Amino acid sequence: MASIELKNIAHQYPSEDKSGPYALSSLNELWQDGGAYALLGPSGCGKTTLLNIISGLLQPSEGRVLFDGVDVTDLSPEKRNIAQVFQFPVVYDTLTVAENLAFPLKNRGMAKDKITERVAEILSMLGLSDRANEKAHSLTADDKQKISLGRGLVRTDVKAILFDEPLTVIDPHLKWQLRTELKKIHQQFRHTMIYVTHDQTEALTFADKVIVMYGGSVLQIGTPEELFETPAHTFVGQFIGSPGMNILKASVDGTVAIVDGIQLELPGNYRKIDDQVELGIRPEYISLSQTGGIQAETVSIDDVGKHIIVRCRLERQIVSVIVPEGTSIPDKPRLVFAQDKINIYQNAVLVRPAD
Amino acid sequence: MKTQNNKAWFLVLPVLILVSISAIIPLMTVVNYSVQDTFGNNEFFWVGTEWFQEVLNSERFLNALKRTLLFSALILAIEIPLGIFIALAMPKRGIGVSFCLVLMALPLLIPWNVVGTIWQVFGRVDIGLLGHGLASLGFDYNYTQNVFDAWATLIIMDVWHWTSLVVLLCYSGLVAIPEVYYQAARIDGASRWSVFRFIQLPKIKRVLLIAVLLRFMDSFMIYTEPFVVTGGGPGNSTTFLSIDLVQMAVGQFDLGPAAAMSLVYFLIILLVCWIFYTIMTSFDAQAAASQKKG
Repeated sequence: MASIELKNIAHQYPSEDKSGPYALSSLNELWQDGGAYALLGPSGCGKTTLLNIISGLLQPSEGRVLFDGVDVTDLSPEKRNIAQVFQFPVVYDTLTVAENLAFPLKNRGMAKDKITERVAEILSMLGLSDRANEKAHSLTADDKQKISLGRGLVRTDVKAILFDEPLTVIDPHLKWQLRTELKKIHQQFRHTMIYVTHDQTEALTFADKVIVMYGGSVLQIGTPEELFETPAHTFVGQFIGSPGMNILKASVDGTVAIVDGIQLELPGNYRKIDDQVELGIRPEYISLSQTGGIQAETVSIDDVGKHIIVRCRLERQIVSVIVPEGTSIPDKPRLVFAQDKINIYQNAVLVRPAD
Repeated sequence: MKTQNNKAWFLVLPVLILVSISAIIPLMTVVNYSVQDTFGNNEFFWVGTEWFQEVLNSERFLNALKRTLLFSALILAIEIPLGIFIALAMPKRGIGVSFCLVLMALPLLIPWNVVGTIWQVFGRVDIGLLGHGLASLGFDYNYTQNVFDAWATLIIMDVWHWTSLVVLLCYSGLVAIPEVYYQAARIDGASRWSVFRFIQLPKIKRVLLIAVLLRFMDSFMIYTEPFVVTGGGPGNSTTFLSIDLVQMAVGQFDLGPAAAMSLVYFLIILLVCWIFYTIMTSFDAQAAASQKKG
């Protein structure tokens, strides 16, 4: 197991125009040994590129990759001792389950009796002992994905385990189960794990730290709570949460923000901010009120079962509000913004109060 | 579901008529000949299975069958591994791909009798590049007199003509393998041989079966090329079943035995195809079974 450090990593795919956009631009990260990290972002944001650079399947156009301080940029994937689980389960069809798990050990020239011992250990850990001698191609997608994972776990000296959207092809009810098992394996063995996904639930439940990526760069690294409460970028606010954070055009002066002509008290003193100023608040932190609050107009009501999502118009801008199941929603509701949950953004980046 | 309406059958009627004219009726004529004898004048006598017994017991037929089987076995033994090897060596992307594909497709575009003629001339000791070249290097090469040379010429010719087909089929199978399998193999530290043995070979197994089937049928039915190059000689050494059959039917005008022989010939091919079909569908059944579970 190892810590992973990225120094000025940038990548541009060879077919692209030399002056064109980078798939990844100038990343500097240090990921702790034994941590569970999730790379979260929309399709095409560079998460898989980053993962392949770490595993060595891809050579970065610029920068260095360090494992435990040792430069591994020029080493092949097998020399880096990395395990990777892919989006689609990869098993060796003609081999049995046990032979699949033994495959990476055999390739590394391990003694036969040691292999047998180690494979039996991993089989029981994955709950596949009773299927050890079945051909791998007869297994279900989730069991195949377990084998992919097992081929990584079976190596005792593996530095990190990388997951590239591993639950994409798994049935929803098994997804949850498999994710729990992953989490358990992580707690038990403390491998450094990096998990790529575009599904926020997966990222937030799996990882200690979530890295939100967009357009080839990292927007925020934080615990699930930090990402939820104080998104560093309006994209993070909108991407995480369902529905995402309300981002409203505003003007800010001192402790007061003005949205659509309405005055809102802010949690701190921001002084005067110019440029593109926006106010962000999660739909969870807006409530309906009988008396106080801001006059709004109901646009649509979506009952999603566990709660109701109400979309309201202020003067011009629309806000989403989450209210508990069973609340009666008037045509002209009054909205109350939780003052301490308001975030202010300047040019899409979070601004902290001055004092 | 119960069939509500049978009108759809009218739509396949034209095809049924065409197939019966082109295949079923001629085949029935052959069946008709195979159980009768004639002395001309359009008079026919029922002889039952006599021709079949005669054919199956005749040394001439058995020898031709052995030669044909040997030829097919050699063709498969050479073309299948060679085809896989070339397909593996071909580039998977870039400008080389279309160049290689065109190069591979070229021999397949040449008609059989032209291929025969090319090699017939190519191998001639007096004017052929190959024959004359070998002769001037001191080799005693002559495909019209030497049995080994005749076989070697026919086999090299067939390898030249048809290995491309195996290559193209294998290549299509290889490029269909998702990149992630190779990535996983790299991470597992697999050797080049392991990648072939555990990823590429299993993934191209089905196209490979089709290649084997096609090459078996084609080589087992080969006629034009040996007819043009060696004419079945020297002696009877390259007289394959098809050549023997034509000699009997057209040369000697023994319609009864020839018809019986062609039916036996047909049944052998049918049997082999059935075996291949069974193997392939059992793969499908396995795949379907694992899909169902998955």
